This record gives sequence, structure tokens and C-alpha cells, in this order.
Amino acid sequence: MGRTLRDAALLAAKDLRLERRAKVALGQMLPFALLVLLLFAFALDPDRGVLERATSGLFWVTVLFTAVLAVQRAFAVEVDDGVLDALRLSGIAPAAVFLGKVGALVVELVVLEVVLGLGVAVLYDARLEGWGLLAVVAAAATVGIAAAGASYGLLAARLRQGSSLLPLLLLPLLAPVLIAATRGSDVALGRETGSGWPWAALLGVFAVAYLVLGTVLFRPLLEET
Amino acid sequence: MSALAADRTAAPTSTGSTATRVLGAVALVGLAAVALFGLVISPPDAELGETIRILYMHVPTVSVAYLAFVITAVASVAYLWKRTEFWDLLAASSAEVGVVFFALTIFNGMMWGKVTWGVFWRWEPRLVTTTVLFLTYIGYLVVRSIPTEPRTRGTVSAVIGIMAVVNIPITHKAVDWWRGLHQSRTVLGTVDPEMQGSQLFTTYLSLTAFMVLFAWLLVHRFRLAWLGERAAEQGLEAALADRRAEGQTSGSAGPAGGGATA
Repeated sequence: MGRTLRDAALLAAKDLRLERRAKVALGQMLPFALLVLLLFAFALDPDRGVLERATSGLFWVTVLFTAVLAVQRAFAVEVDDGVLDALRLSGIAPAAVFLGKVGALVVELVVLEVVLGLGVAVLYDARLEGWGLLAVVAAAATVGIAAAGASYGLLAARLRQGSSLLPLLLLPLLAPVLIAATRGSDVALGRETGSGWPWAALLGVFAVAYLVLGTVLFRPLLEET
Repeated sequence: MSALAADRTAAPTSTGSTATRVLGAVALVGLAAVALFGLVISPPDAELGETIRILYMHVPTVSVAYLAFVITAVASVAYLWKRTEFWDLLAASSAEVGVVFFALTIFNGMMWGKVTWGVFWRWEPRLVTTTVLFLTYIGYLVVRSIPTEPRTRGTVSAVIGIMAVVNIPITHKAVDWWRGLHQSRTVLGTVDPEMQGSQLFTTYLSLTAFMVLFAWLLVHRFRLAWLGERAAEQGLEAALADRRAEGQTSGSAGPAGGGATA
């Protein structure tokens, strides 16, 4: 167990080091995310308060689309140089490979969400309150997106035409995350009444379920030749 | 499936058998009875009027679809464990039939909506959940259709089958909480236990008839898939034999021409 976590941390660090050198997340995904925010403003009238009311939804939709890119990138680096084979032969537990990917994705997504959060505060004039709930909702949603994304990322990497399939496969699965994260954020921002904690709990259930599933199912996915 | 292979000296050319003929006959009779009870014999509902009749189709189609996806998930787990073709084909066949029943559910949900609300679509919990899950399993079918090595295809589909089924209750909860607040409870999708005698009877009759229909479709679809795999194998062997024959004939032309066995 300890060795798996250590290996996972090692692999996550490798991914993040690669990211720091290649700067794909910073250079491509962040601008893309900010661009999506702008596009929403072009599509929906920025003057009539539509953007303000829809802030949470637009934020999380943007996160989802960017997460698909992040997942594709996370596995492109492995497939490109035959690294998947190397990982398979290295004796590292598949669960560690999975958790490493999840770890790296979580870090990238958190950075994205912080920057997007600032973007949303500036562009859509959103006021950020309810920090506790917001942080928990965002954390649970991020882990869930990373866990589901890591599993489906490898899956898509094994298929021909896989990268164009990834959105079709991943996004319906993440529909409940979008719903729960948006509603939870709305409550945290004071836009909706009621308790946001059930939404956070649902996100937690999703995150745990897909962490467990991914840990177990990564082995058959990785070991197929 | 071994019975099929062992009993016939020649390869089976159709997916029909005594079992399917019996199932088909029972399904036909059952559906006719449902039509009779549903459209004629059972009375209109006190609240919903004549529109309750669509429930006799809607509840079974959605129940059968969920059953189909549970079968897919169980077969997926079994495939990852046993690695036999039977489980892979069962998972895929069940998913395909399930998608068909989901499509039927969405369709009759929209019909009910048109009559009741005047519009084909409303963001009501059942319709939304069914549509999201429908798209999830469309993804499964798309993955099945990509030409891949059988073992890779089987593994990838099995993983999707398992991950998708876990998402069903989570999506249900999320959509119910989301839209449930904004919409008064609709009977659509739930069997009201206070239904009158013949209405309840018709609902259960319909459930039974649709289950038999599902079994009939599943057996046929499974056998079709099995035949497809055999045909693909034969096609492969024929292609290899052709290449070898080519190699032999052109081998006499010179050393360079004999390397045609790929």
C-alpha cells in the first residue's frame, strides 16, 4: 500500500515535471478555458445579468471541456513514446499508475480552477463567498473528474480514434458532477437557497466510486496488448 | 453456445431455434394481451385520464433497459474475470437491446409530454436521466463498432459497462434533486401503488410481456453476434489461405516473389 502510494507520487511528479517543461497546460489549456469564458459572454448577453446568474454553470462547463483536453494530454505523453509498454514492464502496480495520473490531473485542474475562478470574478462580476462549501464542492468535483478522466483517458488511448471518442465517453459520465458542482457552487455563492452539503456529499460519493473503480480496472486496461 | 456448435455438423445459418420460437410466440401473445388490457379493458385514471395508458409501455421499457444494463455490467465483470467470448458477446448484445429500449422510453416519454404538457420536451427528471444514460451507452456501442482486436475491444467495453452502471444511481439522485424541486411529481416512471386493480394488473402484465420480448431479442442478438465472430474468423482464415496460395504461385517466379505470406 505504501509502495503503491510512493510510486503514484513518483509518477505524478514525473507528469508535473513534464508539464512544467512543456507548458501545455499553461500555454494551451488555460488560454482555451479563458477563451471559452469569453465565448459564453459573446453568446449570452453580458448586460442583462444572464452571465451573473449562470456563473457557476458556465464555470463548471468550462472546467469539464478543459479537463477533457487535460486527460487527452495526460495520455498522449504516454502513448507517443511507447511509455505505456515501459510502465507495464516496469513492475509498478497499475493502481499506482492510475493514482499517479489522478494526482497529476488534480493538481492541473486545481490550478485551472483557481485561475478560472479569478477570471469569472473579473469577467462575470461574481462575488466569492461561502468559501468552505465552495472549497469542498470544488475539491470533491475535481477528484471525481480526475478519477473518471484517468480511467477513460487510458481506455481511449487503447483505441483507434480514441481521442475523438473521449468527449463522447467522458462527458455523459460527468453529467452528475456538473449538476452537483453547479448547484453546490450556487448555494455557496448565495445564488440558491437550501443546503449545499448534500451536493458536496454526492460529489464525494462519485469521487470515491470512481477512484475505487479506476484503481481496480486500471490493471486490465493497462495490461492489454 | 457449445450445444450449438456440437449439435450441428454444418455451421448454423440462422439465429432461430425452438427456444426462440416459443419465446417469440409468448411475447406476441403477451403484447397482444397488453394492448387489449391497456387500450380497451382498463379504465382511464381519475387524475391522468387516458394518458395513463402510456404508462403501460413506459414503465416496462425503462425497467427492461435497466435490467439490460445490469446484465451488461455483470457480464462485463464476468468477462474481465473469465475472459471467454460468451461474456463479452452477452455484455455487448444486452447493451444494444438496452439502448433500443431506452430510445423507446425517451420516445414514449416525449409522446406523453406532448399530450400532457403540450411540448415534446421538458427538463423533467426521468427524461433527462434517461437521455444522459442513453448517450452513455451510445458511447459503449460506438466503442464496440471500432475495428479492434477482440481482446482489447472486450476489455475496453467491459470497463465502460462497469463504470456506466455505477453512474446510473448517481445520475438519478443528481437529476432528481436538481429537477425534482422545480417539477411536481409526475407519475411517469413510477408505479403508483394506489393504482386500481385492473390498472395495476395491466402494468404487471406489460412488465412480464416486455421481459419476454427482451429475452427473445437478447437471444437473437447474442447468436447474431456469435455468428458475426465466426464469420470474421472464417474471413480471416480465407484471406490467409489466399495469401499463402499467392505466395506459392509467385514463389516459382523468383526468390523475391515468394515472401507473400503476411
